[in-house]
Amino acid sequence: MSPLRRRLLFGIPLALAVAGGEGFYIILRRMQQNDYDPHALPSPLIGKRPPAFNLPGADGMQGFSNTDLLAPPKPMLVNWFASWCMPCLQEAPMLMKLAKTGLEIWGIAYQDHPQDLANFISTNGNPYTRLAADASGLTAINWGVYGVPETYFIDKQGIVRWRYAGALTDDVVSGTLQPLLQKYA
Amino acid sequence: MRKLLFVLVLVPALAYAQTLTRDGVTLTPAQEARAEDIGSQLRCLVCQNESIEGSSADLAKQLRTIIRQQVVAGDSSKSIMNYMVQRYGIFVLLMPPFMRLTWALYASPFIGIILGFFGYWLMRRTKAEAPAPLTDADTRRLDELLK
Repeated sequence: MSPLRRRLLFGIPLALAVAGGEGFYIILRRMQQNDYDPHALPSPLIGKRPPAFNLPGADGMQGFSNTDLLAPPKPMLVNWFASWCMPCLQEAPMLMKLAKTGLEIWGIAYQDHPQDLANFISTNGNPYTRLAADASGLTAINWGVYGVPETYFIDKQGIVRWRYAGALTDDVVSGTLQPLLQKYA
Repeated sequence: MRKLLFVLVLVPALAYAQTLTRDGVTLTPAQEARAEDIGSQLRCLVCQNESIEGSSADLAKQLRTIIRQQVVAGDSSKSIMNYMVQRYGIFVLLMPPFMRLTWALYASPFIGIILGFFGYWLMRRTKAEAPAPLTDADTRRLDELLK
């Protein structure tokens, strides 16, 4: 056996093991830092305007359509939620906190009953400037929503720049949302 | 004879007229088969390892209804798939298309085979060279030793 072959035979499996280990280490570390979520899906809506829709208001508030999102005066969030969804309950205090900082948040209640929704809002507070109801869930399908809560970041041109599926946490807000707000301010 | 003609005409007509209702849409067996074929190629995004056809999630049920409505409306399977991809991205396809994001996935079996051959080449044993035939002096010495 030539020395080169011997070296390759020993070195290649070692190099593969090291590369694999390094890859897993990076994935796990980024997952720990909330930097990477293997279940997250990229939204096809990113870089585009939301599809055409027109939803009625809910809980006595004004609803909205896609034309209302064409040119917000400053970047804003559209938050899909439902009173029956547990992570939405967890997320509610964070939304209140964000609304207090002056961030505009419009809500869409996904397949919700008016009474349950009213109870949810009166218990958890109302972070929304406008609140629409998607009772059939068909607008959600057009947006590519696959679960609640989902939060969409819309810039001043009305273009979706970011979608987050799941409850907004401190890490997500400080790590992703705040930089986006600065970038698109 | 008339009876036979009656049967020959009416039985196929009956089969054609037979319809069923799935997920709130009434359709013919052929349309249902096409809808099932489409649904089984699409991923349910709620429980990501199931197809829309096989999942019991509410969203999957709703998407099954949409697929059946579009099948009844006569949309092509391709346009129904496009409808889903437009909303949920290529992840919704259980069989992803060959593209920049997926080429490594499709190339991996071939890369594996190439690596396998390379490994085989590395590990193959070379036959030890046969020793040179003994000289007369060696033979004599060997005989001496074996005595």
